[in-house]
Amino acid sequence: MAHRLGKSRSVAGPLNAAIAALCFALLLACTRPLTHVDNPGIARPARSSTAAKSRPVLHREDMLWLERVTFGLNSSSVEACRTLGRARFLEQQLELPGNNALPPPIASQINAMEVSRADPAQSIAGVNGQYKVINAMPDGPDKEQARKALNDRGNKLAYEAIRRELLQAVYSPSQLQEQMVWFWLNHFSVHQYKANLRWLVGDYEEHAIRPHVFGHFRELVLATLEHPAMLQYLDNSQNAAGRINENYAREIMELHTLGVDAGYSQGDVQQLARVLTGVGINVGAAPKLKPEWQSLYRRSGAFEFNPARHDFGPKLLLGHAIQGTGFEEVQNAVSLIVAQPACARFISRQLAIYFVADNPSPQLVERMAQTFMHSDGDIAAVLRTMFLSRELNAALGGKFKDPMRFVISAVRLAYDGRPISNTRPMLNWLNGLGEGPFGRQTPDGYPLTEVSWASSGQMSRRFEIARAIGAGSAGLFDSEDGSAAAAGGFPQLSNRLYFEAVEPFLSAKTRDALARANSQVEWNTFLLSSPDFGYE
Amino acid sequence: MTLNRRHLLKFGGAAILGARMTGRLFAAPAGGPRFLLVFLRGGYDCANLLVPYSSSDYYEARPNIAIAKPDPASNAGALLLDGEWALAPSVRDTIGAMYLQKQAAFVPFAGTDDLSRSHFETQDSIELGQPSSGARNYRSGFLGRLSDTLMGAQGSSSPIAFTDAMPLAFEGVGAVPNLSLRNVGKPPFDERQAKILSGMYTGHRLEAAVSNGLELRQEVAQEIADEMQAASRNAINIKGFELEAERMGRLMHDKYRLGFVDVGGWDTHVGEGADQGTLATNLTGLGRGLQTFSQTLGSEWSNTVVVVVSEFGRTFRENGNRGTDHGHGTVYWVLGGAIKGGMIAGERQAVNRGTLFQDRDFPVLNDYRAVLGGLFRRLWGLSVDQSAQIFREVPPADLKLA
Repeated sequence: MAHRLGKSRSVAGPLNAAIAALCFALLLACTRPLTHVDNPGIARPARSSTAAKSRPVLHREDMLWLERVTFGLNSSSVEACRTLGRARFLEQQLELPGNNALPPPIASQINAMEVSRADPAQSIAGVNGQYKVINAMPDGPDKEQARKALNDRGNKLAYEAIRRELLQAVYSPSQLQEQMVWFWLNHFSVHQYKANLRWLVGDYEEHAIRPHVFGHFRELVLATLEHPAMLQYLDNSQNAAGRINENYAREIMELHTLGVDAGYSQGDVQQLARVLTGVGINVGAAPKLKPEWQSLYRRSGAFEFNPARHDFGPKLLLGHAIQGTGFEEVQNAVSLIVAQPACARFISRQLAIYFVADNPSPQLVERMAQTFMHSDGDIAAVLRTMFLSRELNAALGGKFKDPMRFVISAVRLAYDGRPISNTRPMLNWLNGLGEGPFGRQTPDGYPLTEVSWASSGQMSRRFEIARAIGAGSAGLFDSEDGSAAAAGGFPQLSNRLYFEAVEPFLSAKTRDALARANSQVEWNTFLLSSPDFGYE
Repeated sequence: MTLNRRHLLKFGGAAILGARMTGRLFAAPAGGPRFLLVFLRGGYDCANLLVPYSSSDYYEARPNIAIAKPDPASNAGALLLDGEWALAPSVRDTIGAMYLQKQAAFVPFAGTDDLSRSHFETQDSIELGQPSSGARNYRSGFLGRLSDTLMGAQGSSSPIAFTDAMPLAFEGVGAVPNLSLRNVGKPPFDERQAKILSGMYTGHRLEAAVSNGLELRQEVAQEIADEMQAASRNAINIKGFELEAERMGRLMHDKYRLGFVDVGGWDTHVGEGADQGTLATNLTGLGRGLQTFSQTLGSEWSNTVVVVVSEFGRTFRENGNRGTDHGHGTVYWVLGGAIKGGMIAGERQAVNRGTLFQDRDFPVLNDYRAVLGGLFRRLWGLSVDQSAQIFREVPPADLKLA
């Protein structure tokens, strides 16, 4: 696609006046002289147009690169990237932000949520107790009502977790962190409707995933392994000596670390399952243990390692002998697994599929894997290798947005930092597109490639949702408690951000479609439905 | 078990039959047969659909929720099928009528060797149709493999999923259209808008997906317009699954040949009911829907086979909440205008306490892969090799239904 800066813009008739005003505003806003940002590793063609010299010019590759690092463009991310350049912007994105990075209205919404204060061990203990009470009630409307009330509470907590995730995805300046939270939540996927998980998913995201998104991969694996959400979801809470449940052991190797073709055997799965015996959940009293086991007992929140349920026999995992020592075995087994070159390659490839291309170049994956191995699984280092690679640059514009990226990027562009108060419409759009948070039933997480999201039915559904997003505020500014909208808000897609960072790079076919729009709603619908917006 | 016990061949025996299974079911109409898989999610209580009325243990195990014995002299209540089985009154007028016309058959003791008794786990393992232990490929469902096989064998498969998201069963095939017909409104775009939208993808790799998707949406809208016209003329007001089924019938009549739909609401742990109640209401809706589907297909119904499956059956005994819990073996339904119905098919055994699996559930004697694999071979005349591409580890069984 050719650069189109400086050419006359072809847009819908009714918009011309607005555009003129916007262009003027743009000129005013850009009086500060800005120099070109250094762009490490990328040769940039010299620009000859006088317009380009008189005001800072955004480059298509930079905007596409920024779309990969973020959940989509908004003014502040565009500005930060323009000021810092890719490498420094990336470094900033790779730092974990402080607590006050969110816009105050968003932060206060999140602080007011019950999920932000809930303690999972207490929640589960409470829920278990209430289920006991309910089950002991005589059949009848009272029992049904009590059951419904408890379910409603679980649904509310899980929804708050989703709401918090969506608000941060749209508004956090730490966009890469948010994408990595989504990526790892999906990689270590759990499903909210299994057992009591609705009471746990918020804590799982906040304490098992979020602190480790840029850390060492081993710590991330252990954090998920020690979380009751995972232990319940993949049944390890039922895995005990003599009553082996292989489910989690299999998925750790197949889905979380090594990948299905990594060469481990069914025997390795069984051995790892034995290592994992006794790793479970306890929200009640500590078990009475033989004296020699007491020092081996571990408990943290709802997580428990119970030596009385553990198989202390010797194991042989991936060719390495593991002596029966208790929870230390689990830590050693995880160290052993994440140190396999297969793990470095599998994780690198998954990251590259999500961020670079559906079929990422083997050379890039190998370089990322080398970084992984040489840095003891440092995720930030692997991301650095990836985001500053030639391969990513060559793949820009070719990655189809999955529904999460589609919806978040649309809201970021349409409302550009303006705080919404209700995330229900966003959740409905995501559900409608088949990618609701914590909604994947199977432990493999949602697929990361175009083929799974761009079927004919999915494309027409996407256009419908594009229209739902583009047609009005859709309830985004209603209060969460269902009372009337505090304020209206029309999706302002033809905004300054659009003219600066989107419009110059549109394809001829998309321009043609936009020019034929009869209304702002149609124009919004076409823009959000276009391949230019659907790919990054 | 007193009469009509047919020892149908399964597993090893199927190979012997293989040579006789090559004939096509139907007189090879253009495009081949149509097939719809209906997945009842939640594990429906098969014992209150296909009722083992001759088992006194059934009535003892279900003091509050048993279906009353059939009365051969009555036109109401459970429909007597044979010396052992009766059909629930809730589907007497729909599926029962099909059975009497030999357009319906049941396969009891059907299911999977997955013993997790977990809805998700078992649904997934069935939809994937892979070995239930060992590594799984979540990108390969059995309808996907069937579609691929048909593409190879006859150049087209015309698949469609009547669901919001692509079901696991269809994983692995590119470009399967999917659209839930539950709540479809007016077409979202008029012709001009659809043209503009498609125009943005001219020459793009999604060009076909985009234009097909918009077209399907328009088609469905047209079907609905026809439906509303018919409704005002005939004063029919159908809803729920029946409405969905009529739409499915129109689309499968016109264009699609390999369909999938799922129906929820079968997890009856509490207050299941008997001749009437929660389960009976659901079954009535399902029966009406499938009858409507058959009627909508018209003459094409004789070229169509519908199989109804569920992830597992439920406990033989009722629980403390007048419901049933997750069990094991279940009953599959096979429907079609030209099937050899009017019979209970597959491996069977007596229903009593002594034959229960783990002293609680119906056993599985007919693996879903054997049942479906055998049916697919019959329907499309697939070779052993082609059939093995769909279900690798369990050989097809010939239930002689088709």
